[in-house]
Amino acid sequence: MKLVYALFTGVVFGVGIALSGMMDPAKVLNFFDIAGSWDPSLAFVMGGALIVTALGYRLVWRRKAPLFGGRFQVPTSTTIDAKLIGGSALFGVGWGIAGFCPGAAIPALGTGRWEVVLFLIAVAGGIILRRVLTMPFRSEPAQ
Amino acid sequence: METAFTPIASFGGGLAIGLGAVLLMLGLGRILGATGIMSGLILPEGRDEFAWRAAMVLGMILAPGLIFVATGTLPEIAVPVSPVMIVVGGVIVGLGASLGSGCTSGHGVCGLSRLSLRSIVAVPTFMATAAITVFIIRHVLGA
Repeated sequence: MKLVYALFTGVVFGVGIALSGMMDPAKVLNFFDIAGSWDPSLAFVMGGALIVTALGYRLVWRRKAPLFGGRFQVPTSTTIDAKLIGGSALFGVGWGIAGFCPGAAIPALGTGRWEVVLFLIAVAGGIILRRVLTMPFRSEPAQ
Repeated sequence: METAFTPIASFGGGLAIGLGAVLLMLGLGRILGATGIMSGLILPEGRDEFAWRAAMVLGMILAPGLIFVATGTLPEIAVPVSPVMIVVGGVIVGLGASLGSGCTSGHGVCGLSRLSLRSIVAVPTFMATAAITVFIIRHVLGA
């Protein structure tokens, strides 16, 4: 039941990504191209998503625990360090080069485009590379 | 390449993205971060942790097909990026998002909505570097 529920949340998120235009690199790159063929649509994606999460999370956290047990696992760190800033800066550079981000590319797999497969293999390579580079340290998982 | 301004579809898609994130918190108590979900599939930490992520990713991949079934059209995407740059961008995205502990979904949607200090730093950082990267590629290098 838990897995069916997880699948359903994936469908809801994926439909949102597909309808919003987030999974279209042409649209994403135009969002960042303020000096050129600017398309401000993606600001509306963020606006819509934030309204629902800001209200929804607060309602959900009135419960003692999630529906399928365990506890709410929310990162509590407030450490601003070079890893956070440098990693985020790098992420933006890669996003600006490829036009895909992971949350958009996973649903985009469903369009059957080979470029999406190529991108996600490269992302997996980057995730593994990071793990190899920071091998001696045990660090917190990504959000 | 121009893309159409789609505020309503983008806002509606954003609402569904937010709903997916809220449903995941309600059911499983987790932040919806695509990079974290990918990391958990590539470098699994136990069978249960792997299973819900796999189910969720499957749901995300099914989304464009379900839209096709419902509306008769598959969401179209355009990839104005060469295969080499997709790979370069992908590796940087994977490395950066795991170093910075999050991407557009984890920091952008889930983090900002709960006013996480780390996300409030991360999001403007990656938005800025993405915009600078697109500016350099399109208007300095003229690609």
